[in-house]
Amino acid sequence: MTVRRSTLGGHTHEFASLSDLLAKATPARSGDVLAGVAAESQAQRVAAQYALADVPLATFLTEQVVGYDEDDVTRLILDTHDAAAFAPVASLTVGGFREWLLARAAERDEAAISGLARGLTPEMVAAVSKLMRNADLVAVARRTRVVTGLRSTLGLPGRLASRLQPNHPTDDAVGVTASILDGLLHGSGDAVIGINPATDSPAQTIALLELVDAVISRYEIPTQSCVLAHVTTTLRALEAGAPVDLVFQSVSGTQAGNRGFGVTLDLLAEARTAALELGRGTVGRNVTYFETGQGSALSADAHHGVDGRAVDQQTLECRAYGVARHFEPLLVNTVVGFIGPEYLYDGKQVVRAGLEDHFCGKLLGLPMGVDVCYTNHTDVDGDDTDTLTLLLGAAGCSFVIAVPGSDDVMLHYQSLSFQDVLTARAVLDLRPAPEFEAWLARMDLLDDAGRVRELAADTPTVRALLAAAG
Amino acid sequence: MTAPDGAGVATPAPANDPWSLLRNATRARVALGRAGDGLPTARELEFRAAHAVARDAVHTPLDADRVRAALADAGVGLPLVEVHSQAPDRTTYLQRPDLGRRLADGTQLPAGDADLALVLADGLSPRAVHEHAAGTVTAVLERLPGWSVAPLVLAHQARVALGDPVGEALGARIVVVLVGERPGLSSADSLGLYLTHDPRPGRADSERNCISNVRPPHGLSYAQAADTLVALLQAARQLGASGVVLKDEGAALPPGVG
Repeated sequence: MTVRRSTLGGHTHEFASLSDLLAKATPARSGDVLAGVAAESQAQRVAAQYALADVPLATFLTEQVVGYDEDDVTRLILDTHDAAAFAPVASLTVGGFREWLLARAAERDEAAISGLARGLTPEMVAAVSKLMRNADLVAVARRTRVVTGLRSTLGLPGRLASRLQPNHPTDDAVGVTASILDGLLHGSGDAVIGINPATDSPAQTIALLELVDAVISRYEIPTQSCVLAHVTTTLRALEAGAPVDLVFQSVSGTQAGNRGFGVTLDLLAEARTAALELGRGTVGRNVTYFETGQGSALSADAHHGVDGRAVDQQTLECRAYGVARHFEPLLVNTVVGFIGPEYLYDGKQVVRAGLEDHFCGKLLGLPMGVDVCYTNHTDVDGDDTDTLTLLLGAAGCSFVIAVPGSDDVMLHYQSLSFQDVLTARAVLDLRPAPEFEAWLARMDLLDDAGRVRELAADTPTVRALLAAAG
Repeated sequence: MTAPDGAGVATPAPANDPWSLLRNATRARVALGRAGDGLPTARELEFRAAHAVARDAVHTPLDADRVRAALADAGVGLPLVEVHSQAPDRTTYLQRPDLGRRLADGTQLPAGDADLALVLADGLSPRAVHEHAAGTVTAVLERLPGWSVAPLVLAHQARVALGDPVGEALGARIVVVLVGERPGLSSADSLGLYLTHDPRPGRADSERNCISNVRPPHGLSYAQAADTLVALLQAARQLGASGVVLKDEGAALPPGVG
């Protein structure tokens, strides 16, 4: 265990371990205070950032935050590390790596940045993010390219996709369909039409899969469906021959966290293989979807690493990306304001975490989206979500999540509205996924300038859609 | 422009509006219309109103006098003891759930021997306690003749698990925590009931049973909640346990419990 020191304002700060250094260098957030790992003063935080800037990136290949022998996520990360991809930055420190990234971003050298992914470990990426300001996170993420596809192509430059989330408190078929149609009429749903089921049962999952598949087939929509049930439930649906486009699972950055979610790496691999065998893709073969979120390991008491030391929540979040990328996902999103004020207290912390998660996920090679959201006991409102959404749009975010009127009536939290997605696209000159955009045009849902039309109820398209719903 | 009544979901559309097909199909905020790419002003303000009511419910201080008066009006004769958690204020409470589960240093509770203790906890919606605690307590006590009940405890800045040290200190065999639930956009005053057999610090959530959404007239009525709770109490007493094990064994329980 290397003790690292740094002197600031005449005071020498000591950091007992790599995980201690990473935690103390992390911008302030309530979850790290709750875990007892946060910096005790602003000066200590910056002192840690000084010390972290001097750590060679290669150190993260030999000094672990969560032990290799006791954690299969660490083994997955290190055993699949690509030394050739790492070579361009192998001699750099964390501070030097920040400058390297900013320089490549300024040159718009997407290939150089994007080519690093398999050579980077989650801890390296977490470390450099802790030295970056919000604008740094935006600037580099914007020049990191991750393109995925199944029946629509996601992550292309100049595009912002959305997950249409038509949740209903009782999974009522008519209610779900109404929300789907509302979203489609607003140009949402190009990333996925993804439902959180109220009941996690194979029968319910199959019923919802068949419902969305019927909508997609009927209108020949170039998108994919997902019912966000537990992976074991989706496996049962696959065995029953249900139309499964995507295997979903929440994942964590530690083996213990994944155990808390009831999953193993083998189980995820098995489900991915089963979904691939259906061959439901037209433009790509990415068949998995993962959700993550800072604080999930802590909330499951699964946030400890080497010598039982607690690890900061943002480093653990990056390790969840290390899990996700192994399964070549179509979609990954952090659910950034869902978990509550004990992990991210207010708008400032949520905005910061959303930008960190997006940057880190993308740099690690993930098709990164964000559920820009909040609960009513967090100090966050629509102004904060506007700020984060526009910053994510500028950062080249793959997709965001949208629900009718920002109000998820099943999960009881607020995400973006379909109108918010339209606004972000308009302000930042972003367009939907290309296949979906062409479909919108075919359905006469776009005006001459390519914007989603505001439709009167008496247009033929709307009449046809509403008749189908009724 | 007039604010909608309550925390307003979109106003029902007139029957001749084709969008009413969508609106009538779900409580979700569908077919809101647009102003450019944004929301029409009325829809935007409706959403803000619902959020404001929910936010205020979280930050309204627990008013002990109001709860005492409501209990007295309802004819509840039990004494009421006030306690505080280790969270000194709302800001700390929201960020440190661990402190909300522990009693403030020096807390004195009358040790005794009781079948049941009832803890009224502000949780994330003190409003729920103001509006629904007295009615719920009354309905529960009416259904428990012959049970010895400890003094009522009113707990400030409290999480569900604060019932564990409270129940232990009171010498209660079962504790029920009546707690303000996290406000939703259209439900700012929802009360939850959490039952724990043999309460003591360290009990896991899997050792509790929960009845959610006590909130007449929109959610469960006091009578419905009390019927379900009393069935659970009797089953817990018989089995000598609560939580997952009770749900598994409780064939006679009403559906949706636990």
